[in-house]
Amino acid sequence: MDHEQGARPPDQAVAAAGSRRSRILGGDGGTRSILIATASTVVFFALIAVIVVTSPGWPEVKKAFFDPEVFADSFPGIAEAFLLNIRIFMIAEAIILVFALLIAVLRSLPGPVFFPLRVLAIAYTDLFRGVPTILVIFLLGFGAPALQLSWVPTDPLFWGIVALALVYSAYVAEVYRAGIESVHPSQDAAARSLGLGRVQSLRYVILPQAVRRVVPPLLNDFIGLQKDSALVALIGPVEAFRQAQIDEAATFNFTPYLATALLFILITVPLARFTDWLIARDRRRQLAGHA
Amino acid sequence: MRRWFATSIVIALAAVAAGCGGGASGTTTESQGTTSADMCAKDQLKLVTPGTLTIGTGNPAYPPWYEGGEILGSPFKVNDPSTGEGYESAVAYAIAKRLDFAKPDVKWIAVPFNLTFRPGPKNFDFAMQQISYSKKRAEAVDFSDSYYDVNQALVALKDKPLANVTSIAELKDEELGLVVGTTSYQYIIDNIRPNKQPLVFDTLDANVAALKNGQIDGLVTDFPSAYYIGNVQLSNAKIVGRFPTIGSQEYFGLTFEKGNPLVGCVNKAIEALRADGTLKQLEQQWITSKAHAPLIKQ
Repeated sequence: MDHEQGARPPDQAVAAAGSRRSRILGGDGGTRSILIATASTVVFFALIAVIVVTSPGWPEVKKAFFDPEVFADSFPGIAEAFLLNIRIFMIAEAIILVFALLIAVLRSLPGPVFFPLRVLAIAYTDLFRGVPTILVIFLLGFGAPALQLSWVPTDPLFWGIVALALVYSAYVAEVYRAGIESVHPSQDAAARSLGLGRVQSLRYVILPQAVRRVVPPLLNDFIGLQKDSALVALIGPVEAFRQAQIDEAATFNFTPYLATALLFILITVPLARFTDWLIARDRRRQLAGHA
Repeated sequence: MRRWFATSIVIALAAVAAGCGGGASGTTTESQGTTSADMCAKDQLKLVTPGTLTIGTGNPAYPPWYEGGEILGSPFKVNDPSTGEGYESAVAYAIAKRLDFAKPDVKWIAVPFNLTFRPGPKNFDFAMQQISYSKKRAEAVDFSDSYYDVNQALVALKDKPLANVTSIAELKDEELGLVVGTTSYQYIIDNIRPNKQPLVFDTLDANVAALKNGQIDGLVTDFPSAYYIGNVQLSNAKIVGRFPTIGSQEYFGLTFEKGNPLVGCVNKAIEALRADGTLKQLEQQWITSKAHAPLIKQ
């Protein structure tokens, strides 16, 4: 990071160093900005705290949503159930990354011969981006086993993962396609003129550039997938959200949901910061390239 | 460096603000239900809608709790609670009568299970939807005394080996299904202790679909509902048996907003209905005369 900045002209380096801080703080990022930001933050959150805490229903809400005893009782069970969420989104993500790339490549194939494959890829993305995830999970989770075919699995976990993979592959395929289309056609032309075939050009020239460019949006979709892993609960498996629901029903207390939210945040926030960092790094590299 | 300093100031001030806020929260005065005869007079009752007894229950309204079919224009599906038919409906009108409410003065509204115990004002006077009492739950809502002592029961497809079990020990390796929010979960975990994690569904319908699909081997729910599913709703299933009570007797109570004085008056009504045999007669009429199943051995 420092190495890259040092390579730039001094004025540009200063602007770049200030930019990240000033983007969040506002203003020029100097002492005055910090003071104003601090003061307004304190006033803002203090105001929210006062409004919440002095509301007539607060003692009741505090008991129903922030009960330390219920939290301590339910957290270990929910954390254990969260392992199932991790299993769901890791398996689904592995399928999605491969399957979506296949769809995107199919859709990018040129020439009239491949028209049916392109239509298939377009129909697929249209369908699975259009239908709410929750419906796909219900339809597959209860519909597929209802066919009573002996070779069709009945395991709801299986169908939950398949449903998530189908829906998210449609989104991710579009992300890949955007990456592929962002690579200038001259790259392909240059590769072909060097004697590479159409497939070789795609494999060695286009895709490496395309995929690198779309890593941040891919992570974005991965975060979405992590949260949607909770939807699999609807067809039976007991993951973190369902475990929280069970605890909620046993105690008539909503604190277990807070424990579940905390677990999701523990996973998604670091990933979100990592995505930000990747985007920032990418921007620096592109700026450095043009300088 | 400077940024870290500023950040620590923010954190310190936020902590102070939070501390002040916490200290400022007022103390609540909970009015406990003290009951005297005139307090339970119809015009003295504190009701959501004065003069009307508003009861919340689940939609769809399933037998044998509610019967008599749908009423055109009513939001209730499968059955309408206002028919007076079915065990819960019949008991509700018996309680209402004891409190001097005529039949038209009883209003039913559809209330999802979670909303029966959510903090904040309620839009019903009490909820009646097969809610089992537990000590922990009673910290969030007030329960009436029992209007039905309940056992859990098991439903299975007729052609599965599970259909012929006679003891809890035989259920260890089976995939069981249940509805979230029910005490069935605790019964399974505490007493059956299955080797497979049971599947948990949002609704009884989803649970029944999973049973039909063979995704679960057996469905656990309260005995009257189990009887309806096994012997009426599904042609290829049957009720295997009732589970024995282990520990204290499980019962259904009406639930009230915490501190609602109405609970005392309703308890008096339930007590009177038990004393004069009405509860027993209604239970015989709507449940016992139709539903029967062997007891599964412990």
